[in-house]
This record gives sequence, C-alpha cells and structure tokens, in this order.
Amino acid sequence: MTVASRPAAAAAWTGERMHASDVERVFRREAGRVLATLIRLVGDFDLAEEAAQEAFAIAVEQWPASGIPENPRAWLVSVGRHKAIDRVRRQAVLRERRRLLAVEAAIASQAVAPEADDAAFGDDLLRLIFTCCHPALNMEARVALTLRSVCGLSTAEVARAFLIAEDTTAQRLVRAKKKIREARIPYETPEPAMLDARVDGVLAVIYSVFTEGYAVTSGADLTRDDLARDAIRLGRLLDGLLPGRPAVHGLLALMLLHDARRAARATPDGDIILLEDQDRTLWDRAQIAEGLALVDQALRAPGIPNSYAVQAAIAALHAQAPRWADTDWRQIVGLYEVLLRLHPTPVIELNHAAAVAMVDGPAAALDLLDALSARGGLALYHLLPAARAELLRRLGRHDEAEAAYRSALAVAKVEPERRWLARRLGELRSSHPHPGTG
Amino acid sequence: MQYLLLIYGNEAEAAKMGEAGRTAMFNEYRTFTESIIQGGQFKGGNALQSTATATTVRAPNGKVLTTDGPFAETREQLGGYYLVEAKNLDEATAIAARIPGARTGSVEVRPIMTYG
Repeated sequence: MTVASRPAAAAAWTGERMHASDVERVFRREAGRVLATLIRLVGDFDLAEEAAQEAFAIAVEQWPASGIPENPRAWLVSVGRHKAIDRVRRQAVLRERRRLLAVEAAIASQAVAPEADDAAFGDDLLRLIFTCCHPALNMEARVALTLRSVCGLSTAEVARAFLIAEDTTAQRLVRAKKKIREARIPYETPEPAMLDARVDGVLAVIYSVFTEGYAVTSGADLTRDDLARDAIRLGRLLDGLLPGRPAVHGLLALMLLHDARRAARATPDGDIILLEDQDRTLWDRAQIAEGLALVDQALRAPGIPNSYAVQAAIAALHAQAPRWADTDWRQIVGLYEVLLRLHPTPVIELNHAAAVAMVDGPAAALDLLDALSARGGLALYHLLPAARAELLRRLGRHDEAEAAYRSALAVAKVEPERRWLARRLGELRSSHPHPGTG
Repeated sequence: MQYLLLIYGNEAEAAKMGEAGRTAMFNEYRTFTESIIQGGQFKGGNALQSTATATTVRAPNGKVLTTDGPFAETREQLGGYYLVEAKNLDEATAIAARIPGARTGSVEVRPIMTYG
C-alpha cells in the first residue's frame, strides 16, 4: 500500500495563515472526500455538489482570515450539510414539497460526527468511486464523472482534457447523474462476491484516463500530463482504500513506469522520441523504483497474473535496461506471449511482433503483422502500417516501406505522430530516391 | 422500487429448439419464477407469443393505422417480461442475470417511473 505521495497531513495546516493557493490545494485534496460524504448524507448527487461548492466558497472567504480549521474536511462537510438543508428548505417552499421535506428529515437524521474519522471518509470515497465507475454507465460517462467528482476537476477541465465541447461534457454528466438517481444505482461499495469484477471496472476507468493522458488519440499534444497524473492519483487513492490488491498494484506500477519516461518522450518542440533514442538519464528513477516494487508485489501474488501486472513487468524490463541495446527482448517476447493468452488484443499482437523483430529479426515479425492484418487489424488505425513500414525499411524493401508510411500518414490523427511519420518518410526517400515518385 | 425486465432473444433460434429443449427451458423458467416469488421480488410477468402474431398500431391525427409485425425488425425480439421489486439497480440486474433467457439473449432492465 502506498499513499506516500499524498500531500502533508491536514494537521500541518492548522492555525497557519495561508495564501489562496494553499486553500486551492486543500480543495483539490479534499474535494473528492467531501463530495463523497455529502452524497451519502444528502442522498443526491446534484444537491451534494451544490452544497460542496457553497462550502468551498465560504471557506475561500473565511479561511484567509480565520486560518484553516483543524479538520478542514469535517468543517467542509458540516458546512455543506447545513447548506444542503437550507437549499432543500428554500426549494421545498417552491415545489416538490413532500419529497424534499422527506429528504430534509433524512439529512437531519444522519449524524455526522465532527471528528469523523479517516476510515469513514474513506468508505464514502469508495462508494463514490464505485458509483462513478458503475458498469451501468457508459465508459465516457464513467470517466467524466470520476474526474469531475473524485478528482475535483471542473466540467471545463474535463472537457478540455478530452477535447470535447464543454456543453457536451455537461450533458454527459447530467445524463449520468439522472441515471444514477432514476435507475437507482446504489451508492455502495459492492458486496464481496461482486468486488473483484467491480474493482476491475474501476481500474478500466483509471487506465482509460491514463492512456488518454499518456498517448492522446487526437490533437496537437503528444501527452496531457495532468490526466496521466490524475490517473496515478486515482490509482494511489484506490490502493490506499483497498490495499493489497494485485490488480491495483499492477495498474499503478504500469502507470508509474510509463509515466517515469515522460521527460524523455518528446523534444521541447513536442516531437516524438522513440524509446530506443530516449535519454534514459531523464527517466524518473524514484518513480521507477516505486513501480518496480509494485510489479514485484503484483506478480508474486498467488493465482493467474493480471494483465496490468504483466504489462507493468514489460515496462519494468525497459526501465531496468541501462541502454536500448541492453534490453532483455527474449523475456519481453515471453511476457507478450503471456499477455496474448490472458487478454489478446490487436495492440498487444502488434507490440509482440515488434518485440519478436528484436529477437528473430524483422522478417519473422512481418509474418506476424501480415497475419494480424489478414484478421482485420484495421482497428489499429495508423499503428499497423507504421509498424509494417519500420520492418520493411529494415528489410531494405524501400518501395513497400514508403507505401506503408503513406498509409499510416493517411490515418494518423495526432500531430506529433504525423510529424514523426512524415520525417521517417522523408529520410527514407532522401536515402533511397527513385524515379517513380519524383 | 420496481423494474421491468424485458427478455429479448432470437425467435428463429428458439423455434429450432426440440420438444425436450422446450420442456427444459419451461422448467428453468418455472424454477426461476418460483424463486423470485419466494424472495418477494416477483410483481408480475408473462411470456409473449412470437412476433409473427404482433400487430403495430399508430393513430396519427386520430386516423388508425395497423401494420403486421413488431415495431422494428431487430436481431433479438421481445419474448417476455418480469416486473420485479428490487432495492436498487444492482439487485435488479442480479435478478435479471438469473433469468434463463439471459444466457442466450439479453435482458433490458428498466426502472418503473414513479410520480409524486
């Protein structure tokens, strides 16, 4: 279990005079837990969100003068709870009188101990996470709701992260909350029999946030670091709340090990630097060490290894190689073969082929890719033709390589990837000019 | 809270089922239905005749139009339903998953709208 990177304990703030940024930091840290507990207390997502916002607004006003309260979390929940009651009373006058008065009675009857302990807040946060990641919601909604509610991102920030319009995001959130309310998605941690499957669902959401941040699918930037960091934060949070789960360790390790290469993955201009060309001194060694320890734990757990842990083990082998030439490709090929048995996907087949190229040469890998494309590798977009192009280039089949780079370029959507493909194509053509294409 | 569990399946496939298969299926449904009656979740339910017997009615501007067949041609057809009482969606989906038809087709879980 690791919660080491969590900011300093709340106690450290007590009584200090603070700046707006300090308050901001407390909010970022507490937003998820405060909202989670308020949802349980008031039984309604929207009402809890409004109440939390009001509580934070009052904190912004008061804290700079009064100092941050000893237990900011309990303070925020208590103020939010009163605000929710006020709001219900105001609305009750207007309409839905009976229902809302019932809600008020329910809130008033929920005792909230002022010194509410961490465990209780943790339970509420888990409820919130499981509700946001409920399988009855579609994946986009789960991701948006988790970032909005658990990570405390604004609707605008969620929209920006996924390059979608803010009102589309807002609609997505409204629809998801409507479904939670009307289909009565429970605000509960699933019962033990369901827990493994539901944790897997949460991990899928976290991984989806991470991959969107780490390898964006469209647009001008190669990475959106904030999203990758939010995903890692979610992973740590889950690990803290449900300690000792190999799948959680596996995913957290995978994210930490990949993210450790962040500084080396692109030039200052945002051009891609391939793994083989990366300056490995730029890799974040502390993060790698943390990732390696987690992979170790995940793989040592009894039972069939989970696919995140195996992917993390591959990332670990890269992280441990001092130079590209030192990479243990044989073991990497073996791990990809394990992955193909656990959870075969076209992307894993593609990566397996790339590793095979390092052990058995490009011709063997090309056979694998041709078999993959015969089975409908189209779902891989530009990745498949780009990988073929690399192998064909290494085999000296330059005309075919050129055609493959062109097909990749025709479907690639991320700007840095397009620039990289164009550069490769340019290099190929200048080193092997031929009359046909001028 | 009540949920309607709509059972969809491929009629053409079901029609190919022999007498023994049909009896086995019937028994499975009976066992399932008894179990949710025992559990207090059963509020109602029926199997439907095939879509070959369906008639769709529309009455735009008061003019009645009847057409043969279901509202839409789909791969799976509505073949029956249960109305159940469940604490929340998780409980409702857990009941839905136990419906014999869920193994070969699909069950749509729809909360019943409440007023007031």
